[in-house]
Amino acid sequence: MAMDMSMLEWARAQFAMTALFHFFFVPFTLGMSFIVAFFETIYVKTGKQEWKEITQFWQLIFAINFALGLSTGIIHEFEFGTNWATYSWFVGDIFGAPLAVEGIVAFFMEATFAAISFFGWKRVSKGVHLASSWLLAIGSNLSALWILIANGFMQHPSNAFLKVDIDTSRAVMTNFWALITQPVAQVKFLHTISAGYTLASVFVLGISAFYLLRGKHVEFAKKSAAVAAAFGLVSSIFVAVIGDDHAYEVTNTQPTKIAAMEGLYVGEKGAGIVAIGIPKNLPASEVSSNDQAWVFKIEIPHLLSILGKHSFNAYVPGLKDLIDGNPQYGIWPLSKLEKIGAEARADLLAYHEAKARGDQAAMEKAKNDFYSVVWSGDGVKLTKSDLIGYGFFKGKNPDLIHPPVPPVFFSFHIMVGLGFWFIILFIWAWIAVVKGSFENSKLLQQLAVLSVPLPWIATSFGWMTAEIGRQPWTVFGLLPTAESATPIALANVQATFFMFLTAFVILGIAELKILFTVVKHGPKGAH
Amino acid sequence: MTWAPYTVDATHFYLQVYFWLIVAVLGGLFLLMTFVQGGQTLFHTAKDETEERAILNSLGRKWELTFTTLVLFGGALYAAFPLFYSVSFGGAYWVWMLILFAFVLQAVSYEYMNKPGNLIGKGAYKFFLYFNGVVGMVLIGAAVGTFFTGSNFSYDPVTRVLHWGTAPDGINLRGLEAAIDFRHGAWFNLAMGVLVFAAARILGALWLINDIDNNEFPELIARLRGVIKRCFVVLLIALAIVLAGLLTMKGYAYNIHDPSGKIYMEPGKYLHNLLSFGAIPLLLLLTGLVLYVIGVLKSGFGTSTRGIWFSGLGIVLIGIVIFVIAGLFGTPFYPSYADLQSSLTIQNSSGSKYTLEVMAWVSIAVPFVLGYIIWVWYQMKKAGPITKEEIADPESHAY
Ligand code: HDD
Ligand code: HEM
Ligand code: HEM
Repeated sequence: MAMDMSMLEWARAQFAMTALFHFFFVPFTLGMSFIVAFFETIYVKTGKQEWKEITQFWQLIFAINFALGLSTGIIHEFEFGTNWATYSWFVGDIFGAPLAVEGIVAFFMEATFAAISFFGWKRVSKGVHLASSWLLAIGSNLSALWILIANGFMQHPSNAFLKVDIDTSRAVMTNFWALITQPVAQVKFLHTISAGYTLASVFVLGISAFYLLRGKHVEFAKKSAAVAAAFGLVSSIFVAVIGDDHAYEVTNTQPTKIAAMEGLYVGEKGAGIVAIGIPKNLPASEVSSNDQAWVFKIEIPHLLSILGKHSFNAYVPGLKDLIDGNPQYGIWPLSKLEKIGAEARADLLAYHEAKARGDQAAMEKAKNDFYSVVWSGDGVKLTKSDLIGYGFFKGKNPDLIHPPVPPVFFSFHIMVGLGFWFIILFIWAWIAVVKGSFENSKLLQQLAVLSVPLPWIATSFGWMTAEIGRQPWTVFGLLPTAESATPIALANVQATFFMFLTAFVILGIAELKILFTVVKHGPKGAH
Repeated sequence: MTWAPYTVDATHFYLQVYFWLIVAVLGGLFLLMTFVQGGQTLFHTAKDETEERAILNSLGRKWELTFTTLVLFGGALYAAFPLFYSVSFGGAYWVWMLILFAFVLQAVSYEYMNKPGNLIGKGAYKFFLYFNGVVGMVLIGAAVGTFFTGSNFSYDPVTRVLHWGTAPDGINLRGLEAAIDFRHGAWFNLAMGVLVFAAARILGALWLINDIDNNEFPELIARLRGVIKRCFVVLLIALAIVLAGLLTMKGYAYNIHDPSGKIYMEPGKYLHNLLSFGAIPLLLLLTGLVLYVIGVLKSGFGTSTRGIWFSGLGIVLIGIVIFVIAGLFGTPFYPSYADLQSSLTIQNSSGSKYTLEVMAWVSIAVPFVLGYIIWVWYQMKKAGPITKEEIADPESHAY
């Protein structure tokens, strides 16, 4: 059955929509669960009623958000089956495992201890309650770990932990430990949770500043802001530091993505980073110099080589090099990758045909060829089977192999820009808190209030960088997006798209309304 | 079209059986936890605001556990039987999408229903909870029914492309035909749906009787007992149809030792399954049924509050047996009536041996998880049932 392209677009849009909705709530959970635990710890240590009120107020806001986090999460999990059936069949062996582990070790912890944390104030001892709040926070963050291991595998499906199995025509896991310790997933995890902490800190700081501007709940706001400023300062710096590591991983595992992130059409030694600019959306195969590709740009020289390769003059390949190849730097042309990929596919079919005939010798021959080594170096061996994904692109337009530059460039740069703003904001806020001037600094308070939506923008754009930048692959280099979807008539996907869109928009607005009402009522009488 | 090779590897086979048992246990536990869904269809038994909030708060502390059990059920199937995940979710698209939709709506309803600033009104959230309780349960029941009656798909093992067939009227209903195509056992699927719904509703009432202070809410409790009695009649009728179907229908079968894995039809297959292994499945099923009925008699017809423990344990056993006879003893658990040889068995749909081994190690965590769930449950319960005082207390995050 030929894949219906518009169905594919709708399936992608549906996934993007539900993912972005889910990720409005998730980072808030990741950070807020810890902030609530901090407040409660102070309450248990000092025994002061006011800290209990602070804890319960932020917990209420957390609970309102948590509900939508769960509701948007469940679709996600099943969507891999409903809309991405071929994907699930091909990589389910590797992808399903972290998802199941997440359920066992993280979700239950979260759900179970949430019950105590929310409803147990009068039913269990103070100590049990505090422990539950911490376990809830740890459980949420563990769930991020496992899902990001799953996502990390899609970004960089290394043959250190998987191989394409010729018998079942599926990618199978070969090393679980290597899967969970893959550096790509680890930096992703650290970057994402610290982004969550930053987001929650900005929120608490902003709401506190809002109360101060109104002259309401002053004591409450000062205390909340102090905790948020300290937590936010540490987290926002960590986000940027780890973000840099993240960029390093991307440069070395997904060259098309980093090139799109930086609008690098033609590779350079000592490549720079365009701090501000507008890239054009061009087919890379037709670009001959980077200057052609920009409406305008302000560039910081050498920075990309330093960040991406940790060396001043290192060469970073551009999109064009990844298509045409560049023998000087050992970059293969796409046509070569496609040819090997196509051979791997032919081997696979030959193997199964031989099996149907019962022809052992032919099976053996196909199998040997399938796993024959085509490149080795740095202790890594690449076999034909590892490149099978490229076979799907053979004979197609070479510009299909890279993501569109502008959306990836803009998402990435907006995220990074905001990241630097949060650092400035928190340094400023922290100094003000230490000097005791936070409650008097109107400008700072106003900026804090205005900053509240910004981390949501940063996290959404971060994901757009990661996921659009991965295109045209669902599993980088192994499984093209076009081969991943469920063969199903377009109308079904459209109908469910609107079904969930409607639900999420209505529920999202309902949530915001409740949230605003609770914030307006303030800490006391909020219930 | 023939299937990919059958595992001749014994360890792999035992792992597949082990994971099917885990799926069965999770399925049984999920059926127990559907007391939340059942309870959600009982709001009309509350005649005033306080009674309603008693129900809301009693269920509101447990819904997440049900939800998470469903999520883990999905996750476990994905890791252990990825081909099932792909075929069933991608194939019976609408059944699963509607089930998901019902759970999406549920997840926010408890938290938002009585909050200030409620935009869409309390009635809407109540409707969502009913929707989840009725549509969610009937569809899940019907989906389990297709484990016996089969579905309309074929699948190419080499190209991995799934094909879902059209219903007799020519429209491709993507799974919903299970409820209208009577030539392929829709009556059985529907009876299964009603059975699961009625069982959940009874469990819901039993749970509420246990969890809400009987002295403070005597009238509500009396009404709940009435519900149990009425639902029990429906349950018995649906059960009779399901049991009659199971014992008489031709079942899908294959020989676990046959490397070609050929699938064929066998008369009385599910009865044979019940009698295998020294009739252990049959004994478990009977024990489960007896326990379930004892619970109903104690709290539905009698005045005890403890019925839920009996019926709860009973339904777990029944659930396990249903899954066991659907998937073990050489039975394809997700059969296809469109193309017999495409039917999924635990052997041809499972993850690789290595993955199952790793996951088997991970499954050691399950008893710990169950342990702390039980501990937390006990902690929350030991202070007694839900009272009017607690509902009115602003500090207890009551809904
Ligand atoms: C508050 C949110 C936030 C902020 C301020 C930043 N990030 Fe970020 N970033 C995320 C939130 C985020 C995220 C939502 O968590 C992403 C999406 C995917 C992921 O794993 O994390 C992400 C992805 C992401 C990626 C793409 C990873 C991939 O393709 O897999 C890179 C390279 C960076 N980030 C780097 C940075 C740098 C250098 C920052 C400098 C300050 C920065 N991020 C700030
Ligand atoms: C696309 C893949 C994703 C899937 C399939 C998924 C699935 C789910 C599911 C099923 C739930 C509900 C869990 C429950 O029943 O308790 C959930 C909640 C959650 N997910 Fe995701 N999720 C995805 C992405 C993410 C990412 C990227 C993160 C973090 C970085 C994350 C973190 C969380 C957290 C912390 C919760 C707790 C509930 C909440 O935040 O309100 N998820 N997710
Ligand atoms: C919750 C945070 C996430 C967000 C906001 C997000 C965002 C997106 C976006 C925008 C797309 C569409 C890209 C395009 O088609 O051009 C997409 C696609 C996709 N993402 Fe994510 N993603 C998230 C997490 C994940 C995780 C954790 C996984 C896997 C574990 C994942 C798997 C996928 C898949 C399978 C697709 C569809 C195929 C494709 O278009 O590549 N996503 N996501």
